[in-house]
Amino acid sequence: MGFVFIVCSGFLSADPADPEPGDMFVTSSIGEPVNLIPFFASDSASSEISRLIFNGLVKYDKDLKIVGDLAESFEVKDGGMKIIFHLRKNVHWQDGAPFTAADVEFTFQKLRDPNTPTPYGGDFEKVESLKVLDDSTLEVNYKEPFSPGLASWGMGIIPKHLLEKEDLMKTSFSRRPVGTGPYLLKKWKTGERLELRANRDYFEGRPFIERTIYRIIPDQATTFLELETENLDSAGLTPLQFKRQTDTSFFKDHYTKYRTPSFGYTYIGYNSEHPLFGDRKVRKAIGLAINKQEIADVTLLGLGQVATGPFLPSSWAYNSDVKPSPFDPALARQWLSEAGWTDADGDGFLDKEGRKFSFTLLTNLGNEQRKMACEIIQRRLREIGIDVKIQVIEWGTFLREFIDKKKYEAVLLAWNLSYDPDIFDIFHSSKTRPGEFNFVSYKNEEVDGLLAEGRRLFKEEARAPVYRRIHRIISDDEPYTFLTVPDSLLVLHRRFRGPELAPSGIGYNFIKWFVPKDEQKYKVRLEE
Amino acid sequence: MPIYFLKRVLGLIPLFIGITFISFLVIHLAPGSPVDAKGEFNPKMTLQAREKLRELYGLDRPLLEQYGQWTKKIIRFDFGNSFVDGEKVTSKIGKAVPVTLSISVLTLLCVLAAGIGLGVFGAVHEGSRTDRWLTFLALAGFSVPTFWISLLLMNAFGVQLRLLPVSGLYSVNFDDLNAWEKAVDIARHLVLPVAVASITGVAGISRYMRNSLLNELKQDYVRTARAKGLPEKRVLYHHALKNALLPIVTILGLSVPGLLGGSVIFESIFSIPGMGRLFFNSVFARDYPVIMGILVLGAFLTLLGNLLADLTYSVVDPRIRLK
Repeated sequence: MGFVFIVCSGFLSADPADPEPGDMFVTSSIGEPVNLIPFFASDSASSEISRLIFNGLVKYDKDLKIVGDLAESFEVKDGGMKIIFHLRKNVHWQDGAPFTAADVEFTFQKLRDPNTPTPYGGDFEKVESLKVLDDSTLEVNYKEPFSPGLASWGMGIIPKHLLEKEDLMKTSFSRRPVGTGPYLLKKWKTGERLELRANRDYFEGRPFIERTIYRIIPDQATTFLELETENLDSAGLTPLQFKRQTDTSFFKDHYTKYRTPSFGYTYIGYNSEHPLFGDRKVRKAIGLAINKQEIADVTLLGLGQVATGPFLPSSWAYNSDVKPSPFDPALARQWLSEAGWTDADGDGFLDKEGRKFSFTLLTNLGNEQRKMACEIIQRRLREIGIDVKIQVIEWGTFLREFIDKKKYEAVLLAWNLSYDPDIFDIFHSSKTRPGEFNFVSYKNEEVDGLLAEGRRLFKEEARAPVYRRIHRIISDDEPYTFLTVPDSLLVLHRRFRGPELAPSGIGYNFIKWFVPKDEQKYKVRLEE
Repeated sequence: MPIYFLKRVLGLIPLFIGITFISFLVIHLAPGSPVDAKGEFNPKMTLQAREKLRELYGLDRPLLEQYGQWTKKIIRFDFGNSFVDGEKVTSKIGKAVPVTLSISVLTLLCVLAAGIGLGVFGAVHEGSRTDRWLTFLALAGFSVPTFWISLLLMNAFGVQLRLLPVSGLYSVNFDDLNAWEKAVDIARHLVLPVAVASITGVAGISRYMRNSLLNELKQDYVRTARAKGLPEKRVLYHHALKNALLPIVTILGLSVPGLLGGSVIFESIFSIPGMGRLFFNSVFARDYPVIMGILVLGAFLTLLGNLLADLTYSVVDPRIRLK
């Protein structure tokens, strides 16, 4: 019944051809997925594939609103102290066993188990208890209202009957997972590819594309050559590939290009415990001396925009009244001299009390765009008399020796954000211990208060003003100089019908994509 | 001979322990830890979770104790489980070895066939126009970067001519093929990687071979052989070549550990899941058990290779045996 409904309502309007099951979707991943168990899936390949196999209780829809997934509906009660989930009935695990509230309870217990070192544990710390009311109803009680907690129930639910007696750190389940999702893992050839097959019993209807294949191709140039031979149906592109290398008649005939703002931004973070950057005026002056549009134009070839604060234009938390700080070297110089930095000895560099204005900008190895941005910044700051040295460091060393110990002056990095605007961990003054994420040691009482308040409110209308205010203050204080929001760039083979660009990207309706019979490239046998 | 052999083998044991100890030390002293690589800079990974991980991996204990633990397990051939995905180290290495080994062996065969052939040709026709060309090509082959020649060949044969697949070891529809088609499929996928991997080897071996043979041809015994009227073919192949091959044997011995080493650049470009990539990724993830597993294997093979080369020598050249 549900199946028929979806086919009729969702699709006929988008394409006149009838949705036809069959064919394969072949895509690639730079790295091998590490672990498909949802709460260990912290790398992008694992989490992407894990999402095809598992479902959470809730999910983000195409407009980034939270809707039910395994939960048919949910209620937030008592000002957020309690959330009640009503689960879908007649959902089955891919091995045929029924899905019940006991599985959710089991998943929750495992998440909270101190022997399960999951990177997502922090989301569930505020939960007081979880009660199973009946087979399809759950009640979650919180110690205090915690709105980001709702989205965390998008965590994939794992089957109790298969994992009860297993050690999650060592179980073979991580390579042979069984979920409730639209695809099931058929084969995993290490270092080479993962093959997924459509789950014909999927509760939202059987996906039309019969097989999905992730090929592991570590090299970007190779990925591109595979696209040129149509051996890949989709791949992420670099700005250069998107703009120049795919500007050929071959690509126009066979592929569609998609461009959406990504959910991340690049920034310069200043160590505010360092004597140079404790002064807000100095940080702001550096921001004024950097031409952010130039960085977007050079490093992203214009495929991105200038960031103005810790939220992105596609988010409801974004404050559109905050304008990017202008590129104004003269004003920058003036502010620096007000802060005491002048070129007293005439060597072309600013100095104060005999000390030259010189600092090291760190970034991590393996990201050309960041290195380029560093070089542009170095040159712009040289123009106002600041000497910047650039150091590029391997990731592990970078974190352990510099960030954790706060032994750095400034870093150029990027954050990838979740859809929920809670940025407590990044900017709250209680999160400045070594190894925590407010490594710039930003402290602002008003922001602290607002961050805490934003977590207590549930309605978007109520939260929006709070986060917009945070956006304004952080942008004014400039603990970071916000640089760019890169676009995600993607190509997709033209034979697929159904993809549409939405705020969440194009993948949200993947199970409804199809290829008309006469265009199907791979003849695959349909599993019954 | 048995005593010589026994002495050599016993001598390897302290060497082996020394290698593993130093490797263990260096790897653990390198900044960064498996925990950092795992949390990736994810704000949701709490401090407690990271502490827990360190404890689970035994990283909170003194280094010497960790080494002791590790050695205790190694004696029972237990290499432990990967920190990254919990898979057994032996199974991870076991999957990569056949891939790398088969490509290396194929490559070695190509290198020997082509390298010795070209080297002998060059020596026999020393100074000719062809020889000068071969010298030039060998130099070019030696200096050309692997990634560049790979991409050029992939573009030429894969994209432009569509004769060969670009990367990987199998086609996506491999499972739907019959046995014969499967064999053809694998063979087609192997052509470019083996060709690229052979280039440097052929360039090197052909040079060694040429020089070594030229050296022999200048020896008195060759002059004697020629003087007593032996046909040139017999002089060349029976007398000179046999001796000229000796240095090649050494090089082969030294290349035994290399057979399993693989190369990151080459494996990444061709998307081949071999040892080079496994080691590279393990180092970046600070996956100590896997790193140590590969190092132990490498050390073992290096020592074995040297031993075999020495023993072969003593068979070929009795003077060495006497020392």
